[in-house]
Amino acid sequence: MAQLSYREAVAAGIAQELRRDSNVVFIGEDIASAGGVFKATVGLLEEFGPKRVRDCPISEQAIIGAAMGAAMTGLRPIAEIMFSDFLAVCWDIIANQIAKTRYMTNGQFSMPLVIRTANGAGSRFGAQHSQSVENWAMAIPGLKVVAPSTPADVKGLLAAAVRDPDPVLFFEQKSLYGTKGEVPEGDHVVPLGKAKVLRQGDDVTIVALAAMVPRAVKAAETLHSEHGISATVIDVRSLVPLDTTTIFESVSATGRLVTVEENPRLCGWGAELSSLVAEELFWDLEGPIVRVTTPHIPLPAADSMEDAVLPSVERIVDSVRRLAD
Amino acid sequence: MNDKIQNLKQDTRLKLYRSMLECRQMEQRAYDLFMQNLVKGTSHLGLGQEAIAAGFGVAMRADDYTFCTYRGHNHTLVRGVSMTGILGELMGRDCGLMRGKGGSMHLTSVEHGVMGSYAIIGAHLPIAAGAAWSAQYRGTEQVAVCFFGDGTTNIGAFHEALNFSVVWSLPVVFVCENNLYMEYTPIGDVTAVANPAADRAAAYGLESILIDGNDVDVVYATACKALERARKGEGPSLIEALTYRHHGHSRADPGKYRPDEEVAMWKEQRDPISNYRARLLELGIAEADLVAIETETDELVDRATEEASNSPPPPVEIAMTDVWADGSSSWRN
Ligand SMILES: Cc1ncc(C[n+]2csc(CCOP(=O)(O)OP(=O)(O)O)c2C)c(N)n1
Ligand SMILES: [Mg+2]
Repeated sequence: MAQLSYREAVAAGIAQELRRDSNVVFIGEDIASAGGVFKATVGLLEEFGPKRVRDCPISEQAIIGAAMGAAMTGLRPIAEIMFSDFLAVCWDIIANQIAKTRYMTNGQFSMPLVIRTANGAGSRFGAQHSQSVENWAMAIPGLKVVAPSTPADVKGLLAAAVRDPDPVLFFEQKSLYGTKGEVPEGDHVVPLGKAKVLRQGDDVTIVALAAMVPRAVKAAETLHSEHGISATVIDVRSLVPLDTTTIFESVSATGRLVTVEENPRLCGWGAELSSLVAEELFWDLEGPIVRVTTPHIPLPAADSMEDAVLPSVERIVDSVRRLAD
Repeated sequence: MNDKIQNLKQDTRLKLYRSMLECRQMEQRAYDLFMQNLVKGTSHLGLGQEAIAAGFGVAMRADDYTFCTYRGHNHTLVRGVSMTGILGELMGRDCGLMRGKGGSMHLTSVEHGVMGSYAIIGAHLPIAAGAAWSAQYRGTEQVAVCFFGDGTTNIGAFHEALNFSVVWSLPVVFVCENNLYMEYTPIGDVTAVANPAADRAAAYGLESILIDGNDVDVVYATACKALERARKGEGPSLIEALTYRHHGHSRADPGKYRPDEEVAMWKEQRDPISNYRARLLELGIAEADLVAIETETDELVDRATEEASNSPPPPVEIAMTDVWADGSSSWRN
């Protein structure tokens, strides 16, 4: 085990895959010489050289299109989109081309590629550099969607994403880049589609993703110590495929579900999960399903406002208390 | 270039003639099948533009990559793809190239290097660049050839792909089929330059190449040169080939926005196939050889039509397959 930051785990994860398979290549803007605008890819150019770690022009369609063409013809590219907000600039290639080509061609192609991107709020960058857009991706049949919350999962899920024969959108949470954690050395792979139970409780199941996971854990600690409420906390980790088995098992046992989502309210992943639980576990529920989300607004830049609108530990605690009362 | 054209071997010329004729006859048949309502949905014919697909098809190496558009039946056929598979896909039959899951706008046959037909304008230019990058990376000397229309030169992906391909010196040939119209609007009305592709080449440090896309010898010679350049590692080319579509944009379009005289001129004086036939006779090729090709082509089209018509519709269950590499469409456990 090594102590790594979330950003160091990104570089470690990419390096692990570049070392393992010569068909893995890595492209993006400012990722090679500069080591990435978030310094998450430092050292890769030095170790693997410009043939495998390649800087690109500011051409998101060309970057993602090139990754697709390469994935269709034997390579396993990792492409970086600097901020997830910029996915909108190349959304055609992702949503219409990458996601659909296997299906439309009756399985003639595999699309083993990973699109890494810095997602989410917390940096006071304003509405075009702070969105949580994993639900855009989740709405498209043919895309796998992953968002790790810890350095260990960054390395392990990235490995699984690169080795997966299907396209994976890999959302790294900007506000987590500086966080630290134990990361296994050597080959470390965390399978896609497995949620992780972080804490076991009897009264309520809190399901969270990415930056909301540490907040949910903190909220559970407060609920326990100050209010005598015991909560299970689950890190979804992968929205597609979705580990309904793990989540349903817990909701059946606790009878209550709270989702904590950084995305704006409408059509967040928690809405899909809520509908599944309402349809399939209705008779196990002891209260309404509650969604804690950012309101349905573009994100404001000022720190006071950004902090106020994101789901906070206090808001999670309050929502759970109201439900449990 | 003229020398090269003069020196084309007779069997290359006959191949070019056969290839164009197969395209023409197949698409005429596709049109007839629409009229009988045996082809549903839409379809975009390349009737009149066959010389470009054929010239490249004959020039390309078997393992080169083709990327084309919704107007891509011909580009698919010329790589050796089964005509039954193409007509079957248009008709939504089980024998279709993709068993009906793609339709006329998405013909694909990976085993023939046909890496897809793309229906969002411009998308496939960067994708072709990616396939070329992969060939460069793997050192295979394969070339990606990417066909698109004049209207496509005004979308961002065109410009991104060109810059990207030049900067990385990728083995890709971009072929703009300038048929003078986007869907219904004349390209000149919406484009800042007279030659939508050729006049933009300089912006990417490329030679400006403007050719008669209805002269298959010219297309073939230009293709050979660009393919060789790419294979030698000298980078991409951008070729603008002037041509004209005999029909409307798609099945539903009678093409009324085009002046009658213009249509008549292109059909009567600049038809790539009848002009080529006349040239071959002038060059001393026996008419009997041409008639033999024509008869064989008619038979091929009849056979393909019959096979496709006799094929059942695909089982609806396959609608739920192959979203993922494990063959399934499942998104949860
Ligand atoms: C991004 C996008 N915009 C618009 C369309 C609708 N559309 C389909 S074909 C076409 C015309 C394209 O013209 P051109 O590139 O000249 O090709 P041609 O059809 O003449 O072969 C348009 C506008 C589309 N498919 N994709
Ligand atoms: Mg056109």
